[in-house]
Amino acid sequence: MAVRILSLASLFLFWICAAVLMDDPSVLPQPWALAGPFAASFASGELPYHLAMTLWRVVWAFFLAMSIGIAIGYVMGRFPAIDRWLDPWLVVFLNLPALVLIVLCYLWIGLNDVAAITAVVLNKIPNVATVVREGARALDPQLSAMAQVFRMRTLARLRHVVLPQLAPFIVAAARSGIAVIWKIVLVVEFLGRSNGVGFQIHLYFQQFDVAMVLVYSLSFIAVMLAVEWLFLQPVERSVRRWRSA
Amino acid sequence: MIRVDVKSKRFGAEAVLSGIGFTLEQGETLAILGPSGIGKSTLLRLIAGIDRDYEGTIERPDNMAMVFQEPVLLPWRCALDNVTLVHPGIGESAALAALERVGIAEKAKQYPGQLSLGQQRRLALARAFAGRPDLLVMDEPFVSLDAVTGEEMVALTENLIGETRPATILVTHSEDEARRLAGRIIRLDGQPATISEDRTVTDKGKGAL
Repeated sequence: MAVRILSLASLFLFWICAAVLMDDPSVLPQPWALAGPFAASFASGELPYHLAMTLWRVVWAFFLAMSIGIAIGYVMGRFPAIDRWLDPWLVVFLNLPALVLIVLCYLWIGLNDVAAITAVVLNKIPNVATVVREGARALDPQLSAMAQVFRMRTLARLRHVVLPQLAPFIVAAARSGIAVIWKIVLVVEFLGRSNGVGFQIHLYFQQFDVAMVLVYSLSFIAVMLAVEWLFLQPVERSVRRWRSA
Repeated sequence: MIRVDVKSKRFGAEAVLSGIGFTLEQGETLAILGPSGIGKSTLLRLIAGIDRDYEGTIERPDNMAMVFQEPVLLPWRCALDNVTLVHPGIGESAALAALERVGIAEKAKQYPGQLSLGQQRRLALARAFAGRPDLLVMDEPFVSLDAVTGEEMVALTENLIGETRPATILVTHSEDEARRLAGRIIRLDGQPATISEDRTVTDKGKGAL
């Protein structure tokens, strides 16, 4: 923890030195110079509104991408015939640039939230599916045999036999997923929405307002750190509880 | 009643089992003996319904339990949950009684990883008997246990079988174990394996270990 704080502090120090050397607040303002604009946009309700819009899109995209990706990955891991059919698709989508998917979704679906979230979800599903497929391939056949002999019900089997084995893979996919998703959401907003952090950054980019661009990006980084600490890490701990007991 | 009639079981081109037939009544215990690699475990997987790729027919009751070579527990669920999740119908107190019966009631809330191998095997036994199975299948349940623990486990199993009276099919390579637990012994031999001997144990329980 001490190292973390020291490392973050040195990043701040680097910023301060760079700002001093630059000596032009319109290009790189000092960290404390952001406090004023931050307070103003927070008080006006503008910052919370756009943060909430982005977070809402991130949450939707995250849960859709995770549930569809887990389902596809599981099926591909369990059934080699389906895997052979779907694997080339996976490779295509894994290598399709995010930007292309976003532009195509906007062109085909329209400049709306359905298109925005679809674009993010399509970008993320292949990663989740690839990771979860590995987990599904490694399922313990002995436990499956046990569940079968004792005639465990399908739902109980999924919840208590299959999911715990996939859990480390799902957690890994979720953690790398949420980081990628929020960045793509910003791009999607930048390109075609009229609210959200990405839209605001676009706006202040056009006005060449570096301070506000930094205020919005740092605020959203803070939100995502909170999600990581308050949601992802506790989930991961509870999933791993039996290992450390 | 259990009726086994396996005409043939093959892995690819290789025939492993051929012409194996026997019936078993409720309360009867049958031991399957034979050299390792002969196909005893394969036969057991057919009987348990884990492997359905064979020629022939097997009639078995629905309420079945199995004790594997390894304990095969859910490491992410506590000992008690390992029993209740598999038998949702029996309730927590019956599951606790099952743990009590094998002497690990005080471990109910611990994860399998916190139990010794002997305790894990007891848990596997508790899970098998908790549902009062009509058919119990055991695949070398006492391998890799030291002599003392092994003896304890055989005695415990003997008592549990006596109390629950399922039809029991036990694979083992120990003649002593077979004579102690089983009323009937089948020996597999040959390539593909067939029944080379099918005899009733007359001195059951007297072949002391």
